[in-house]
Amino acid sequence: MLTPLLADTNFVDATWIMIVKSLVIFIVLLTIVPVVLLAERKLLGRFQQRYGPNRVGPYGALQPLADVGKLLSKQGFRPKGAVPYLYEIAPAISIFAAVVTLAILPFGDVQGGVGLYGVDLPIGILYFFAFGAIGFYGLLLGGWASGSKYSFLGAMRSAAQLISYEIAMGLSLLGVVMMAGSLSLVDIVKAQGDIWFIFPQIVGFLIFMVAGFAETNRVPFDLPEADAELVAGYSTEYGGMRFGSYFFAEYMEILIISGIAATMFFGGWMGPGPPVLDPIWMLAKMLAVTFFFIWIRATLPRFRYDQLMSFGWKILLPIATLNVLVTAVLVVVT
Amino acid sequence: MSISPEEIKVVPRGPEPGGAGGAYRAFGETLRGLRTTMGRMFEKPVTIQYPEEKTPVYPRFRGRHKLHRFEDSHLEKCVGCSLCVAACPADCIRVVAAENDPEDRVSAGERYAAVYEINLARCIFCGYCEMACPFDAITMGHDYEMADYNRSDLIFTKEMLLAEPLERTPLRGEGE
Repeated sequence: MLTPLLADTNFVDATWIMIVKSLVIFIVLLTIVPVVLLAERKLLGRFQQRYGPNRVGPYGALQPLADVGKLLSKQGFRPKGAVPYLYEIAPAISIFAAVVTLAILPFGDVQGGVGLYGVDLPIGILYFFAFGAIGFYGLLLGGWASGSKYSFLGAMRSAAQLISYEIAMGLSLLGVVMMAGSLSLVDIVKAQGDIWFIFPQIVGFLIFMVAGFAETNRVPFDLPEADAELVAGYSTEYGGMRFGSYFFAEYMEILIISGIAATMFFGGWMGPGPPVLDPIWMLAKMLAVTFFFIWIRATLPRFRYDQLMSFGWKILLPIATLNVLVTAVLVVVT
Repeated sequence: MSISPEEIKVVPRGPEPGGAGGAYRAFGETLRGLRTTMGRMFEKPVTIQYPEEKTPVYPRFRGRHKLHRFEDSHLEKCVGCSLCVAACPADCIRVVAAENDPEDRVSAGERYAAVYEINLARCIFCGYCEMACPFDAITMGHDYEMADYNRSDLIFTKEMLLAEPLERTPLRGEGE
């Protein structure tokens, strides 16, 4: 089944290696999510001159465990007006789409006969957009199937926002793709041997980051779940581990956007030191971008809804288009 | 009333939002905001870790009441006059007076308080009882951690009010 799809990739592993790799990537990223969760709360605290959680375990290190324990012990409740199956499936769709996207993040080149990535797809970055789009169904269906006005409004807002910013995001990465001449993330990293793409593609990078904040429903684009205004947006009626799934998927999204940013703009796994350090470099760059996400959250207030829409369509989209055009001309000329 | 032209002050207005200039300024302001938050990160948190650390209270802080004894004779200062009961606006003090036995005196006066109860669930910590007391037998202490699981546990008896508090509340010096 997969063979025609993988026909012209650089390198294909044996099946058992693929299975081991997918497990390793999943487990590593799964353990990073609670760390990011805790780091966010600690850092937000520091940004606001507080300590953040420091009661559970040394320096509050066990706080995520306590949170998960609490969520797991909650009753699995379904509101009366909810659509039975969709209500239960929606968080799973979200989490599925988030986890699946991990496959294409490259943590290193082929080393010792093993490619340090889930799979090197020839369609590369398109795969990321495809599963990002599927992830929206999780939010949309969840909000709609809850049978609540608040959830529904939140879901509609998310839909409008995510669709608007998806376009700018796609266009912002197009410049990088044109410069690298490939959609494959491994090839894109290799093309950054001389210079990281953040320098020639600084406009693309800024657009990508802004759109990335919007795609992950982060401040200043957290209107879908605006705590103060919308109760909790699409996840209003969710509790227990179903809410936990949404939460987990959201942080996974942040990690993935950070990973994509590190890959596309910061030279992915490239860094000084022996090739063994490559995955470490990739992770470090990912976490640095994640830190930026948290930093922004501590800094900016929320957009108004009309500002959000006009910013996406009137500013980001034209700039992204212009960026693509100029890049295209320059690539052809040089 | 009309305003003369000299009285009108012209306040310089900020540039209009929107447009390319607005976007440029918004970008600059965002960077300024990022610098501000990053600066806060390297400062010490202002949090006081409450149960472990406590803010010292002022000397005149009105906390939980205390009943006093004379330091030399160890007799109770309270003579059961019930003036505090009369002064109490929340009606939370109950005093039942009894005659002192000359052989085994409880207080220094003729009578003493056989029952002295303060319902701290009702007390508003106004300090009128302290002011009404002619013998300085009751004063407002510095304790403020009086949470409990039962309302009935908040009715403090004479023995509880006479005893030293279990834990001393940190006290701020005068003018500190």
